[in-house]
Amino acid sequence: MPLAPPVLAGLEQLLGPENVLTSAEDLIPYSFDGTAALRQMPGAVVFASTTPQVVAALKLANETHTAIVTRGSGTGLSGGSLPSPDCVVLCLVKMDQILELDRANLTLLVEAGATTQAVADAAAAAGLFYPPDPGSMKISTIGGNVAENSGGLRGLKYGVTRNYVMGLEVVLAHGEVLWTGNKCVKDVAGYSLRDLFIGSEGTLGVITKVLLKLIPKPPAKRTLLATFAQMDQAAQTVSDIIAAQVIPCTLEFLDRTTIHCVDDYAKIGLPRDCEALLLMESDGHPAVVQEEVAQMVALARQNHCQEVRVAQTDEEASRLASARRTAFSALARVAPTTILEDATVPRSELAHMVRFVAAVAQKHRLRVGTFGHMGDGNLHPTFLTDERNADEMHRVELAFQEIFDEAVRLGGTITGEHGIGVAKKKFLAQFAGDAQMRVLRELRRILDPRGILNPGKVCDPLTS
Amino acid sequence: MTDRAGLGYLKGLDYAVVQQCMHCGLCLPTCPTYDATHLERHSPRGRVALMRAIADDRLAPTKTFGEEMYFCLGCLACMTACPAGVNYAELFEHARAEVERVGQLATPKRSLIRWFTVKWLFLDLRRLLFFGRLLRLYQACGLQCLVRRSGVLRLLPKRLQELEALTPDIPPRFSAGLIAEVTPAVGPRRHRVAMLTGCAQDLIFSEVNRDTVEVLAHNGCEVYTPRPQHCCGSLHGHNGEIELARQLARTNLEQFPPDQFDAIITNAGGCGSHLKHFSHLLAADPAYRKRAEAWDQKCKDVHEWLAAIGLRPPRANGAPPVVVTYHESCHLSHGQKVVAQPRQLLRAIPNLNLVELAESNWCCGSAGIYNLIQPEMAQQLLERKLDHLAATGATVVATANPGCQLQLLNGAKQRGLNVRVAHPMTLLAEAYRRSA
Ligand SMILES: Cc1cc2nc3c(=O)[nH]c(=O)nc-3n(C[C@H](O)[C@H](O)[C@H](O)COP(=O)(O)OP(=O)(O)OC[C@H]3O[C@@H](n4cnc5c(N)ncnc54)[C@H](O)[C@@H]3O)c2cc1C
Ligand code: SF4
Ligand code: SF4
Repeated sequence: MPLAPPVLAGLEQLLGPENVLTSAEDLIPYSFDGTAALRQMPGAVVFASTTPQVVAALKLANETHTAIVTRGSGTGLSGGSLPSPDCVVLCLVKMDQILELDRANLTLLVEAGATTQAVADAAAAAGLFYPPDPGSMKISTIGGNVAENSGGLRGLKYGVTRNYVMGLEVVLAHGEVLWTGNKCVKDVAGYSLRDLFIGSEGTLGVITKVLLKLIPKPPAKRTLLATFAQMDQAAQTVSDIIAAQVIPCTLEFLDRTTIHCVDDYAKIGLPRDCEALLLMESDGHPAVVQEEVAQMVALARQNHCQEVRVAQTDEEASRLASARRTAFSALARVAPTTILEDATVPRSELAHMVRFVAAVAQKHRLRVGTFGHMGDGNLHPTFLTDERNADEMHRVELAFQEIFDEAVRLGGTITGEHGIGVAKKKFLAQFAGDAQMRVLRELRRILDPRGILNPGKVCDPLTS
Repeated sequence: MTDRAGLGYLKGLDYAVVQQCMHCGLCLPTCPTYDATHLERHSPRGRVALMRAIADDRLAPTKTFGEEMYFCLGCLACMTACPAGVNYAELFEHARAEVERVGQLATPKRSLIRWFTVKWLFLDLRRLLFFGRLLRLYQACGLQCLVRRSGVLRLLPKRLQELEALTPDIPPRFSAGLIAEVTPAVGPRRHRVAMLTGCAQDLIFSEVNRDTVEVLAHNGCEVYTPRPQHCCGSLHGHNGEIELARQLARTNLEQFPPDQFDAIITNAGGCGSHLKHFSHLLAADPAYRKRAEAWDQKCKDVHEWLAAIGLRPPRANGAPPVVVTYHESCHLSHGQKVVAQPRQLLRAIPNLNLVELAESNWCCGSAGIYNLIQPEMAQQLLERKLDHLAATGATVVATANPGCQLQLLNGAKQRGLNVRVAHPMTLLAEAYRRSA
């Protein structure tokens, strides 16, 4: 059922007509997110600029049973901000103020639509550090990062978005504003609702402000590349580094296909005559950095690496990291549809998992490019296909099922950082088990009794 | 580029090109129109989605679509940003051609202006230069001052008044009057090159052409500059007139047989980015395809060429130090990926201290004829550019495209900024002259 005219009129009155879009030309660009092969037209796209506007919009939606899909920059990789049919997309990119940098308490308060890059820059301008750096950081919003609990290239040592969220302002489905958390390092007053909203994928409330923890900038940093003739040698190196109790900032993996795609774009002279490459970074006290680097090099050599290259300057190091961030998009150079997975396994199982992915791809006659945050046990096998080829798309699905099953069998998870959204919805029940599913669904019903928030995503609400 | 079976330009386009965007959004922060509005429709990802919707028959090429395609600057910053290799330039040209094909934007006034500029004035350089002479006469005989002072202009509609203020000062002589048909190399001849004098460059900045030829000669090039020359067709290609662009490409191929030169040189970023793709434009033309391929190999931006053959640096001459900054023409940096070379050449000038301009590759708002059709957005971009410019403290800003040069000149004048705007070739030529 298309949006009722009174709902649209109400939204226009609350947000101003320029912030309510309904023409086909305006809606088509919001009919997808970063996920491949998903498309759905919304009924309208609206922009809020203040928390009271979000409140007003949600009240109206709740009263009229109108579906609301909250959206940041639409870079999500599980279809989280994919519209549901005729929904209202509530886009928060115009709420992008940096509100307060508290140097005494090392916190940063921002609006949810601020980009991750703006957050990192604001921290850096004060000589501080905000570590989570998803590949999409130039454009992803902090609200989206919180809603997906996004990781990044530094997750190994510094953790993921969750580890930096101290407080949240959330607008609940019926329009009530909730603050959870504060500037205190410790706080056990009541259940941690903050943690409930982190990773909630727009299904439990609309995040409008985020209070973030910042940390001191590490004084030294070194970045190196190691190349390998076999993928499992690289994987084993990572397992060995962890087992040796070395926790560097970054251990990123790229396979041959990915290396070639990335270098075809970035042209920074990545080594091309290898099957796998590890991008390793150590930061902290200079003496520690030196020791960690020596240990990592030794372990890479022990696993027969071909070559180790050390970045000579800061610029070179950041060029390497930037290039790595483009990996997923760069893979699209060789195939129009890139369907990536996010399976994560205990880090002792990496070599096995890498071999398994290669075998599955071969069995189903699929092209795959694999990269990922290997230090986190998080791989992104990316199938290179064409959505118009139905047969191949079917084989991709079969391959994913096998990879998920194997990840779970090894004690891993079906998604490390991209979330469930719609793309992995059908796998969640199997993974989470009955008890978890029941609690998830009950929680959802309590917070959003009318089911207006991101319907169809993550799990279905309980029907009473 | 074809309108295959009358289906339209976007449907006729290879679907692989249309499908290439995997909507990661990494191009969004580099797009000036998205940055200004935060609307996806005004972003590369959104625009490509609209084009694909048309190719898929999910959207008709509506008036709104047409307006969107002309709100896009065509600056190609999105191509630099896109890891997936989306060919936005090609999509964009096809989209504008489609808009013109269906005529959704056509109004009598727009049609008249388009006919006058794209289809008449810029189709034959002699007309353009004649028009320039008239303008020059208007300026030189003091009429412009008189008219401006008299207040007659206030009788014109506001937009025309603004346009009158933008009219460039026309130099007394065009390239043909400044440059010999064959300029010998200074010293032994190492290369033989042809020089494309361009349209706007010739009309407004003919000295830049003379300076370019001088610099080339100082670097062992014998320079062939035939006259009259013809427009390269970039204006036509970028504005939805593919057939005219093809016609002009053929004319140029006739005038400059690529096998007779080591390089065919252009000094205007906007032209170069079009000139280097004749083979693509003429892919379906058996008579010219081969020659166009050879042309693409030979066609070089002057900075690119000089850096490749190794610049002979001008000798130090005790001139006072000067602080210079560099604004990148979009089509030189994003379109041709010529980024390091202009800076490298500028640094070779002994008394020159090059300081970086913040956001040096962010569009200045000139964007071909964009500042004429989207004055508001163009002005916003100009202001942003001028802010950064003022912050450098430079007394000279170098830039290698006539549109940018004019835009910055007008901007500096508007704001009363005391900076000189000059092509890198002019700065180099002056350095050679000083050390002569
Ligand atoms: C090239 C590329 C690289 C990537 N690299 C990484 C990576 O390294 N690590 C990683 O973890 N992810 C990565 N991602 C995935 C994606 O960028 C992240 O999930 C990101 O956090 C999404 O942010 P967004 O602003 O685009 O959110 P969107 O895609 O718009 O939304 C994502 C989800 O969050 C919800 N949401 C958004 N804003 C709010 C809000 N204010 N309140 C409530 N719910 C909200 C939406 O409803 C949706 O469910 C990458 C994506 C791309 C395209
Ligand atoms: S144009 Fe390129 S960078 Fe932009 S969304 Fe599409 S694939 Fe990504
Ligand atoms: S050409 Fe420029 S204005 Fe147009 S979409 Fe690309 S970046 Fe944006």
